[in-house]
This record gives sequence, structure tokens and C-alpha cells, in this order.
Amino acid sequence: MRKLLIALFSGAMLTATASAEDVKIGIILGFTGPIESLTPDMAAGAELAIAEVNGGGKFMGGSKVTGIRGDSTCVDSAAAQATAERLVTSDKVNAIMGADCSGVTGAILANVAMANGVVMISPSATSPGLSTAEDNGLFFRTAPSDARQGQVVAEILKDRGFMNAAITYTNNDYGKGLADSIESNFKAVGGTVTINTSHEEGKGDYSAEVAALAQAGGDILIVAGYLDQGGKAIIQSSLDTGAFDIFYLPDGMIGDSLPAAIGDGLNGSIGDVPGTDSPGAAMFVELAAKAGFKGDGPFSPESYDAAALIMLAMQAAGSTNSQDFKSKVMDVANAPGKKVFPGDLSAALEYIAAGGEVDYVGASAVELIGPGESAGSYREILVDGGKNTTVGFR
Amino acid sequence: MIDILNALALLANFVIVPALAYGSQLALGALGVTMIYAVLRFSNFAHGETMSFGAMISVLSTWGLQEAGITIGSLPTALLALPISIVATVCVCLLSDRLIYRYYRTQKAAPVTYLIISVGVLFILSGVIRFIIGPKDQIFADGQRFILKARAFKEMTGLDQGLAIKTTQGVTVITAVVIVALLFWFLNQTRTGKSMRAYSDNEELALLSGINPARVVMITWIITGALAAIAGTLYGLDKGYKPFTYLGLVLPIFSAAIVGGVGNPVGAIFGGFVIAFSEMLLTFAYKRVIAYLTPGEWVPDGLMQLLATDYKLAVSFVILVIVLLIKPTGMFSGKTL
Repeated sequence: MRKLLIALFSGAMLTATASAEDVKIGIILGFTGPIESLTPDMAAGAELAIAEVNGGGKFMGGSKVTGIRGDSTCVDSAAAQATAERLVTSDKVNAIMGADCSGVTGAILANVAMANGVVMISPSATSPGLSTAEDNGLFFRTAPSDARQGQVVAEILKDRGFMNAAITYTNNDYGKGLADSIESNFKAVGGTVTINTSHEEGKGDYSAEVAALAQAGGDILIVAGYLDQGGKAIIQSSLDTGAFDIFYLPDGMIGDSLPAAIGDGLNGSIGDVPGTDSPGAAMFVELAAKAGFKGDGPFSPESYDAAALIMLAMQAAGSTNSQDFKSKVMDVANAPGKKVFPGDLSAALEYIAAGGEVDYVGASAVELIGPGESAGSYREILVDGGKNTTVGFR
Repeated sequence: MIDILNALALLANFVIVPALAYGSQLALGALGVTMIYAVLRFSNFAHGETMSFGAMISVLSTWGLQEAGITIGSLPTALLALPISIVATVCVCLLSDRLIYRYYRTQKAAPVTYLIISVGVLFILSGVIRFIIGPKDQIFADGQRFILKARAFKEMTGLDQGLAIKTTQGVTVITAVVIVALLFWFLNQTRTGKSMRAYSDNEELALLSGINPARVVMITWIITGALAAIAGTLYGLDKGYKPFTYLGLVLPIFSAAIVGGVGNPVGAIFGGFVIAFSEMLLTFAYKRVIAYLTPGEWVPDGLMQLLATDYKLAVSFVILVIVLLIKPTGMFSGKTL
């Protein structure tokens, strides 16, 4: 019996080494649902990092990496868990790049990633709740927590002279976390929040919600929602009834589809999205253009960085097993070490293999703090002439 | 005096105008449900998806017309697409009756069986819709967006409060009035309409007096299909076509039909407006209205909102329960046309 167990065990070890030849990374994003216009460029970002690593042939002694896409739906936790379960148990992914929205990310983390011991790095889940969620050291994010975004929003509003704001948020972990963070930070800088209320996604009509917001009043309406659904409808309805003229658009509302759908009415509105003026961002935009997608879209650089961190950490640990490389993620992301920018992945892998240490900067100036989340720098957005334009960095 | 006008403009902008448009859409939907109930004696849960199907055909034909360069100036092109949509939706209704409902009619199935069948039809239809047009939102309203803009109203009247009326809201209300007038004329003045009412009132007696039941059933489906296509298109035009939202519309539509008295067309219209106005009035925040109506500069601290907007759907439930407790047959005792 003991011999049999040993035989089985060594057999299992053998297969583990054998499968290292073909490493799989699950890319779980909301390809359908309220941020579906953003996710193609996000997935392309992650796949660009994978293609770059495969092209160099320096990963884990020549292993190939495959990205497998799965749909998180952004809002349906049950569907997202089923997707993650399938990728982990049937496709046997070694790590997950995802998920995107905070609610589904928390659900996958608690019920799939922790149960199966798989590392996940989210490019865009920003709920403050995820900072304190139990994760056995498996969860990281290249996006900053909304606790930080709240400060940025309050600063931008104050600098632009808006001291009276109404807030409407999408009724989930992301919306609630962000709205509360904005409210407390805005009050701290002396602003007044006239109303802080939720809206549901996917309804036909938001006139009652807008009516309540209009009665509370304010110089600006902060829409902590999603650009392809409720958020867009609220803005349209507010403009139609003349309830608000200026809107504040946090990260979930930044995308080309929103100004295109609303038109001139959105001009003059302001917003923010994670982003940086570090040289890595420009390099990534160039790489993305060659690969045929937009590299300055929301969360696309973060997706590239999330995938890159997974592969660098695997290389540093010399293992594709999540339990082995989870402790290496923070090491490769932060100083000390050689700075790594987009396009340098192969050189970095070679350097790590030779025993060197790297400090991954990447496309979004990654610096992981606290429980493994980005410290957070933001692009300040002004909608001008029907387009989102960057007016500064915070 | 000016304060009272301001309060009125405020109410009109945020409650009365949207509720009138929403009420018209609900009334047209409830009329369809009520017609089926009066003649075929079952609750057609597939009605929401039938509306969605009609709206989808309107969207597709509108695109076709726009492609061909045919528009009607400041009015939405979808009005031209409406006849195509009506024909297609009527075909779907007749087809579903021919393939599914007719079989159960010959079996003399119980109403609850029909109800379950209609849920099956609902799933088939929603699958077909997703297959043809996909689950995404489609905007197909064109032409002039507003009859009256909020800012223009302010300049015109000198009031502080704006009043906006969208073209789609105007079109919705006017179309609804025309359609309802036509329907009542048909039911009360034409021979076919009278035979339908007779059949609905007493089936056996109607059969004895030589009314052809197959014909009555067919005409009922034609009217229902047309009503569904119009209601669905108007709703999509006003709020943007989202395939998923029509399922959620079934609840307020049934509440409207039951509150008014299911099977009674007058009741369906009345019920539609009762539901729409209660949803809007109960979830509205009266802060500024009260501020205008009370003398001096006093403004209430709270929002003066009876119910949070999250409870909007619950309003139709509560009204439904109250009506069923107090007057189970509805306000205009139902059951016949």
C-alpha cells in the first residue's frame, strides 16, 4: 500500500513536471455584459505579453504559454464562478489573469481560486473590500483600490471648483465601495454630497432614479457605474430632463463608446482612469499598435502587466505551481532589481534565469503595496469635442 | 404664484410627462394581455417577448429604411417601419397559435396548462430574438430628439424649472390614443368586433348563434400581435431597445391588466396609468416641490421621498395585492370584453 502511494505520488510529480512544458493562463474578463466594449483590448493586452514571452523562448527552459479566454459577465457571480471552475479543473490553467469587475472577482477568489490554490491577478477589480478579503496570498491586482480613487476624485472636484455633488452608483461591490470612498474623501476636503444612491443595471428606464437625483441637486453628478449600461442611461436621461449638465466619470465610465453614444452633451464632463505618464505606458501603446489594438484604453496596460507578472513570478520561482510562485509576485513587481518595461519580457526572463532580480515597471508603473495591489496613479480625463482627453496625472 | 408654476413645471418634467408615456406603453401592453384573457381565457406570459419581437423587427426595418434613405423628417423612421413590424408579429402570433395553442384548445386543456405553455413560448421567442439581433442594446430613434427642450422652456417662460418633452414621448402618447380609439371602434361598431364580444361573454351562446370560433380566435391573435408590435416599438423607441428589459415589463403589464379588471379593455388602460403614476409618484423626491409651495426660503432637509427608487417594481406588486384583497375582479369588473 505504501509503495503504491509512493508510486502514485511520484507519478503525480512526473506529470506535474511534464505539464510545465505547456503552461496555461486563464484570461477571465467580462466579454459580455456592462463593460463589454473594454474587454477585447484588455484581453489583447494580456495576450500580447504571452505572445512576447513565447516569441523569446526564454520561459522556463523553453516552455510555451497559452492564454485561455473565459467570460466573467462582469455582474453574474454564478456564471463567472462556473467559467473559472471550468478553466481551473478542466483546462487546468496554472494561473488566472482576471477577473475584471470587483463582485465576480471576489466570488471567483473565494470559491474557485482559494479552493484550488490558483493565483489570480486582476487588472481592474478596484473595490476596497478586496484589500481585506481572505486570499491565502493568492490574490493580487495591478489596479489600485478605490480607497485611493476616492481621494483622487475628491482632489479633482475640489481643484475644479465643484463643491456640491450628487452620487449615483451601480448596486454592487464596485459601485458601493467607490461611492462610499468618494463621499468620505469629498467631505474631508470640505465638499457636500447631496445624495448617495444606487441604481440597478439593465433596466429599461431610469427616469425615477434621475428624478430623485435632480431633486437632491448639485453642481455635478458623479456616476459610479458602467459605461455600456446603467451609467450611460442615467447620463442620457439627466441630459434629456435638464437635471444635470456636468458629470464626473470614474474608471468604470471611461471608454470611447460613451462620448460616441451621448454626443455633445458630455463635453465638459470630467473623470479619471488608472494610468501613468511613465515611459512604460508609451512603449506599451506602440507595441499594442503593432499588434493591432488600442494600448491606451482603460485597463489594457494593467492586463498586460498582470499577465507579465504571472510569468515573471513563475520564472523566479522556477515552478508553475501557484503555491510556489505566489510568494514571488511581490518580489518581481517591486524594487530592488533591474527595471523591466514592456517589450523587455524576454530579457527579464533570461536575467531571472541567470539569478538576477527584477523590478517590473511595465505599462502601468506597477508598484504593489499592502495586500498586493497597485499603489495607483490616475489619468485625469476631460471630455472635449466628443472625445476623452487626458489633461493630467494624479 | 411663480413658485406654484415652478412646482408644477418640476412635477411635469420629472413625473407627469414620463408617467404619461410609460402609462401609454403599459396600457397598450395590458390591452394585449387582456384581449387574450377575454377570448382565449389564459394569461399570456409570452406577451413581453412578443413585444420585444415586434420592436426587433422595427429596429431591423428602420435600419433598412435608413439605408435606403427613406425618413420622415423630424419624426422617427420607426413609425414607417411599424406596419412591417405589425405584419411580422401577427405572423408569429398566428404561427404560435397554429403550432402550439390550437392543439391544446382541441384537448380542452386547463387554463394553467396554457399558462405554462405561454412560458415555453416566452423562452422560444427570447431565444429567437437573441439569435437574430443579439443581446446588446440598439438605438434606433432618429429624427428630432425633442419637442420641447428644458432650456428652451426656461427661456420661453422665465421659470427656474425646465420642462423637456421628447419626441418619442409625444409619439408614444398620440399613437396610443389613436390605437385605443381604433380598437374601441372595432369592438363596439363592427360586426366582427361584436361577434368577438359575444364569444367572450358567453362562448356556448355565441357558437349557437353561428359565430365561427376559429375566426374569432384568429382575429384576437391578429389584434394582440398588432398591439404587441406597437407597444414594443414605442417602448424601445422611448427608452432604447434592450432585449432583456421586456421580460421585466411583464410584471407591471399584468398588474395593470389585473388592477383594471382582466379581460376589460377600459380597465387595462386605466390600470396602465394607475401603475405608471403610482410608480412615479411614490418614488419621487418632493424636496423642491415642497420648498416651492411653502412660503419663505425654507427647504426640507431630507429628500421627502416616500420610497427609494429601488422599490419601484414593488409598487406594482403592492397595488396588485391591495386590489386583489379589496376587489378581486379589478376596478372595472373584468372577465369579458
